[in-house]
Amino acid sequence: MEGDIAELGKYIGVGLTAIGMGGAAIGVGNVAGSYLSGALRNPSAAASQTATLFIGMAFAEALGIFSFLVALLLMFAV
Amino acid sequence: MSVDTKSVADAAEAYEKGPGMPQLDISTFPNQIFWLLVTLGVMYFVLARIALPRISSVLAERQGTITSDIAAAEELKLKAAAAESAYNQALADARAEAQAIVARTRDEIQVDLDAAIAVADAEIAAKAAESEKAIAEIRDGAVDAVKVVAKDTAKAVVASMGFEADAKTLTAAVSARLKG
Amino acid sequence: MTEANSKSGSFGRIAFWVILVVVGLAIVLTGKPLGEEGLAFHPMAQFEITPLFGDGDISWYTPTNVTKWMGLSVLALVGLLVIGTRGRAIVPSRMQSVGELMYGFIYKMVEDIAGKDGVKYFPYIMTLFSFILFSNVLGLLPMSYTPTTHIAVTAVLAMLVFTFVTVLGFVKNGASFLGLFWVSSAPMVLRPVLAIIELISYFVRPVSHSIRLAGNIMAGHAVVKVFAAFAAVTIMSPLSIAAITAVYGLELLVAFIQAYVFTILTCVYLKDALHPNH
Repeated sequence: MEGDIAELGKYIGVGLTAIGMGGAAIGVGNVAGSYLSGALRNPSAAASQTATLFIGMAFAEALGIFSFLVALLLMFAV
Repeated sequence: MSVDTKSVADAAEAYEKGPGMPQLDISTFPNQIFWLLVTLGVMYFVLARIALPRISSVLAERQGTITSDIAAAEELKLKAAAAESAYNQALADARAEAQAIVARTRDEIQVDLDAAIAVADAEIAAKAAESEKAIAEIRDGAVDAVKVVAKDTAKAVVASMGFEADAKTLTAAVSARLKG
Repeated sequence: MTEANSKSGSFGRIAFWVILVVVGLAIVLTGKPLGEEGLAFHPMAQFEITPLFGDGDISWYTPTNVTKWMGLSVLALVGLLVIGTRGRAIVPSRMQSVGELMYGFIYKMVEDIAGKDGVKYFPYIMTLFSFILFSNVLGLLPMSYTPTTHIAVTAVLAMLVFTFVTVLGFVKNGASFLGLFWVSSAPMVLRPVLAIIELISYFVRPVSHSIRLAGNIMAGHAVVKVFAAFAAVTIMSPLSIAAITAVYGLELLVAFIQAYVFTILTCVYLKDALHPNH
């Protein structure tokens, strides 16, 4: 624990990956918000687009998961 | 006591070290992949051979039952519609018959009425003719009386004027005046 | 009619409880004894693969906790879709309607997204969905192990889908399957660039497909364990328990959503293989 510069960099890097979470949050929020505003304009078309909604959310969220993966790799594998 | 301390220290050390990331431990990959393939195979067998055909047959059977029930309901509905139209037909027939009866009765009454009116008219005509005759008789009687009175009066007037009038002249004069 | 129904219903209930007790005993007896490490556990320790019997090396055929939990998901599948639909009733029992719901859900998804000719591959997709769903949901039991948290498992699933879809695309469409990468609606200048991008995104598919599933499930389980580690501190424990409850609810949703997303993406890829030109 003491005075290892590589260790320090590792933990800083892990902390920085949390920023990726914010990006994923913006993405997922954008998908859900756009869906909702579209659905409120045209409620009859909303039901047919729920699958697209989930696919879009999955794509947006996958990138956040990638940043989590980077964090895990830094913590445990590097 | 010392054992406890030792085990806590061990645990702390184990925690510090950690298992790393078991996901990246390549030595366990063959094991996982083997069991995964076995599981997928068993699941596919269970689903494709037993579960899915059974569920799809149940769903198809339910669909069939629903369809036949709907068909039966449709048939019953048609029957009900037929019964209703028969009822309506009967009602219309009855109404038409009633109207025919009313019309016939009215015609009969009309005939009776016409006959009675004709009889009454004839009676009235007979009475009228009789009265006319009586009136004519009375009028004739009156004219004769007027003739006699006029003759007498004319005779008297002529006599009072000192003349003598013969009956023939008098009569001719009175008749001429009465005609005019 | 009603008597027969109630009889089979009570039989089903007894069979259900017997299976539950047997499974519970199996889980407890083959699990690692509690208290070896006390409360100082590591968030990643739950993903470790250990042999079921003894402490030997793990070779490819060793029965491990992977075997146990995959076997349990097979049992759950059999319980829901085979024993649950045993009655073949026109008016379904509760178990049967859940099974029919699952069947109808995936069937409709395949039909809507992959089209009528995709229905032929419905059993494969149903297999993937049930495996992922039951693994995810059973993995939410305390002290459990979740096969889908491992990249080895999800990568094999994604590669199965990828190879299957690619081979199917070439078999069904021949060379015109490559039209998938040639965007004919774009201007001529852009097409080669788009083709490269499409090609890269096609080969990234299995990567994102597998890492999304493993990452989501792993992240949720790790978060639960991190909060559980905080519970050892007395002041933190109420907060920790509340947080675990909330995250657990979210994880239940994620367990389903991830199975759904994996399946729906499989359907989308299948549609691309069957109809590459639109």
